[in-house]
Amino acid sequence: MKLTLKIWRQKNSKAKGELKTYPIDGIEGDMSFLEMLDVLNEELINKGEEPVVFDHDCREGICGACSLQINGEPHGPDRLVTTCQLHMRMFNDGDTIVIEPFRAKAFPVIKDLVVDRTSFERIQQAGGYVSVNTSGNTIDANAIPVNKQDADDSFNAATCIGCGACVAACKNASAMLFTSAKVSQFALLPQGKVEATERVLNMVAQMDKEGFGNCTNTGACEIECPKGISLENIARMNREYLSASLKG
Amino acid sequence: MSILDSKIPKGPLADKWTKHKNDVNLVNPANKRNIDVIVVGTGLAGGSAAATLAELGYNVKTFCYQDSPRRAHSIAAQGGINAAKNYQGDGDSNYRLFYDTVKGGDYRSREANVYRLAEVSANIIDQCVAQGVPFAREYGGMLDNRSFGGVLVSRTFYAKGQTGQQLLLGAYSAMNRQINRGKITPYNRHEMLDLVIVDGKARGIIARDLITGEIERHSAHAVVIASGGYGNAFFLSTNAMGSNATAAWKIHKRGAYFANPCYTQIHPTCIPVSGDHQSKLTLMSESLRNDGRIWVPKKKEDAIAIREGKKKAKDLSEDERDYYLERRYPSFGNLVPRDVASRAAKERCDAGFGVNKTGQAVFLDFASAIERYGKEQAAMHGNHNPSKEEITKLGKEVIENKYGNLFQMYEKIVDENPYDSPMMIYPAVHYTMGGIWVDYNLQSTIPGCYVTGEANFSDHGANRLGASALMQGLADGYFVLPYTIGDYLSKDIKTGAIPTDSKEFEEAENKVREQLEKLINNKGSHSVDYYHKKLGHIMWNKCGMARNAKDLASAMTEIRALREEFWKEVKVPGELNEMNAELEKAMRVADFLELGELFAKDALHRNESCGGHFREEYQTEEGEALRDDENFMYVAAWEYTGDPATEVLHKEELKYENIEVKSRSYK
Amino acid sequence: MAILTSSIARKVAMALSGLFLVIFLAQHFIINFTSVLDPETFNSLSHFMGHNFVVQFIAQPILIIGVIFHFVMGIILEIRNRSARQISYKSYKGNRNSSWASRNMIISGAVILAFLGLHFYDFWFPEIVHKYVESHPVDETRYYTELLQKFESPVRTGLYCLSFVLLALHLWHGFSSSFQSMGWNNKYSKALRGFTQFYAIFIPLGFIFIAIYLHLNQ
Repeated sequence: MKLTLKIWRQKNSKAKGELKTYPIDGIEGDMSFLEMLDVLNEELINKGEEPVVFDHDCREGICGACSLQINGEPHGPDRLVTTCQLHMRMFNDGDTIVIEPFRAKAFPVIKDLVVDRTSFERIQQAGGYVSVNTSGNTIDANAIPVNKQDADDSFNAATCIGCGACVAACKNASAMLFTSAKVSQFALLPQGKVEATERVLNMVAQMDKEGFGNCTNTGACEIECPKGISLENIARMNREYLSASLKG
Repeated sequence: MSILDSKIPKGPLADKWTKHKNDVNLVNPANKRNIDVIVVGTGLAGGSAAATLAELGYNVKTFCYQDSPRRAHSIAAQGGINAAKNYQGDGDSNYRLFYDTVKGGDYRSREANVYRLAEVSANIIDQCVAQGVPFAREYGGMLDNRSFGGVLVSRTFYAKGQTGQQLLLGAYSAMNRQINRGKITPYNRHEMLDLVIVDGKARGIIARDLITGEIERHSAHAVVIASGGYGNAFFLSTNAMGSNATAAWKIHKRGAYFANPCYTQIHPTCIPVSGDHQSKLTLMSESLRNDGRIWVPKKKEDAIAIREGKKKAKDLSEDERDYYLERRYPSFGNLVPRDVASRAAKERCDAGFGVNKTGQAVFLDFASAIERYGKEQAAMHGNHNPSKEEITKLGKEVIENKYGNLFQMYEKIVDENPYDSPMMIYPAVHYTMGGIWVDYNLQSTIPGCYVTGEANFSDHGANRLGASALMQGLADGYFVLPYTIGDYLSKDIKTGAIPTDSKEFEEAENKVREQLEKLINNKGSHSVDYYHKKLGHIMWNKCGMARNAKDLASAMTEIRALREEFWKEVKVPGELNEMNAELEKAMRVADFLELGELFAKDALHRNESCGGHFREEYQTEEGEALRDDENFMYVAAWEYTGDPATEVLHKEELKYENIEVKSRSYK
Repeated sequence: MAILTSSIARKVAMALSGLFLVIFLAQHFIINFTSVLDPETFNSLSHFMGHNFVVQFIAQPILIIGVIFHFVMGIILEIRNRSARQISYKSYKGNRNSSWASRNMIISGAVILAFLGLHFYDFWFPEIVHKYVESHPVDETRYYTELLQKFESPVRTGLYCLSFVLLALHLWHGFSSSFQSMGWNNKYSKALRGFTQFYAIFIPLGFIFIAIYLHLNQ
């Protein structure tokens, strides 16, 4: 198929960017979206132009590196997929596709379509862990039984790949879905409950400091999340935060 | 004695590690504060090592090319992690895990290392649970297990099809705790481009900041390489796009021996190649072989009809199907080890029984599992006379619960519903058992340079069993390296900070700069990918699942010629001092072009078939791998001499004192 | 202090003040509806509300503070949220992942605020002037007549109706959203959302009915 791509090009974090138009031909439905960009880049290199830079790594939907806003939606029009798992069969011959970086004050553009998502790392560093030593011995793994439902819910929250689609989709660029997934994973397990109070307070404080917006419960994040992380996690974090605040 | 001293402690196998831990020197906590350690790579091996070393009190600097340590490719491991917990009471033990691993590795791994791995495996699970890793559980609240290939017990712990992700997030959370304390400084989006050796010891690295393009010097008292495997030498593999051998290859060029480069795992259950545009291959977890049955048509006409779209898998009755693994290996059936399953698939496809357009695929069928589970569920719900639809519906639910994310992934890529028609799969490059040679302490032949995880060669021999890579990465990082590195560092307590203005750093930096500038200024005619794909073709066709002397010799020549052309003709757009993805790729491919040649050389020298290394000249009448224990029961460790073709072979003889070396049979 | 300034605390405050206003709305509706059923009941209830000490000097100030708090906080949040994305998308398909009502609470809120201005100008200021500035003999039957007069103009009636439509949109998202903000999302949430959405339609529709009824029964 033949497509018209409008891609955000920006030399570096300080430069002013703009959408540039690139026609492309010979795209097959079995290609992934990133393989389509590979084709474009190969053409650009052969023509002596600079290829488009974008984040990507595992190309199997789990590392969370790929991050494009495609036709106004993070990871494009398909549901429950990352950009690398989005296939060109979702598009039609003659389509125009607008490709932009994820936009948020807390996700500054580094180059072209690559953004800096280290704000997410700082949120996790603020408390996204259980303070146990990794060396030496601990109690047997089966010493504390964990309710299956809790373990499953915790797992579901923990499948968050930290791609930032929730922020990109949210009209307020809020990071509540991401933060709440990380908080929930631990809050649901007996191992994580011990320091739940400090964890939620510190992580939310860091989230606010990074300049993300507020949650207004539009639900866009849940729809666009490639891993289907549920809004229930946000409610859980709100609950955890309130009770933690009241406890002091 | 050979220069290769494996430093295996004396004494009975089961006591070696405990005794060794008691014998090593320790560093007092106050002194640890004065010691710096660099960890390159932040997957399971690097992340766990970094967290533990920082916890012990060392100052740790981590390096990864990704924007976050948690994106390392360990995250993509799906099926699970082995541990000899024997929670199922099915006869598992440290010895049995050790035995399975050595046998699975076709008697080409180091006994003492494997036993230690089995010994610490149980502790890994305890640790991960304590960290908040949400493993799958049973209704009673206890941990659940599943089975993997090559074993007869259920010892694999898992978190649906995302076990690697959960374990990596666990290791990363431990890292985060130390980053928050200031004990780990993470250098993300940084790539190590050389090792710096001062007075014969590894004392630092040269790294490039991938955002600004700046070349940086970083010093430390020891350097840990945990940068993963070199499967991307094949271009198409299940590795991440960025997975590379650069860190490992650079230390090799600085004096670390490279062991068994030809031991590569071709994983049997991957989604087949769909066209020339393909950039990577996607794995479908081995755990699927718990419930999926692998088959091709019995008659060639049927295979052709399926390829042409005239027949569907469903049209073939049971006796028109050849469940070739169950036929050839009745005792292990669909759960034979990966090398065996891959070769069997290749054998059937080469014989003309392949089932997709290109003839390079076999079926992985869940119909009978859906039926079995459906009946079971119906009975559990008190429905003893269920209709076919009810059975299918209930059965599908069970399958979805177990493998939902894999099925969804398959459907997105292939555009076919695997609940209704069987998956099509074909082997793909997945893991490299070979790697930097290390002794029992995980130290390479360069003092102070340690290598952990997939980057080293130590535990899997010629073939790795499923769910063992995660086990090894975490065992190395959490439990082995933190002890053994202390022994080395105990001599460095008075050294003080290592200066970065020495001539050694200068020389290394200049060398890196020269190479980068050469690539940028080359202005040739072909992109990096052009060469990478060509290399991949040579590797897959001549060093792939079945190898022979003629092809391997020609592979060496072709790779060498390709490398020379690459340096003359490669075109790298952009600048040195900016984010430049093409330049990053070029540096990595330059190293693969050298490693590939050594790979072929190693495969050519090993005149036997063992594990993932299958030489067509050496097979039994039934087509099984034929080992030559008399002449090849050794680790081949290669010393760099300036040219891959002339590398010098060093042998570490393998001794099996606690296990009887047998021909490996899964029949 | 974080409890007052953090993003979550602000949202909870927004939710609580919103819920308070939702309750007030129900009470307001019930009294207004009596104007349709029986003008005398309406008159006596209005008189009670206008002269009861608790209503006038405790409930009324709380309500006014609640209203002011809700819109001031709404504006603060909106400003913060806008600053969280300084460069906007060239292409943004909000309608693919969220409802118009949820994305445009500031617009529906602003219209409701403007309506409150008109409503105060129509009823509240004259009432305050009537009671506390000028002195009139107590007349317990004047309310219904005054009410009718206001709905004589078709323009004003139209404006009221339009505002109620936006109020419906505001409630459609805001009412159920407030429970999520307070951390209440569980197996009952679906049923609760059904109730909140019924409320969001029913109450404004009721107000529209009253306005049109009064307009047609001059």
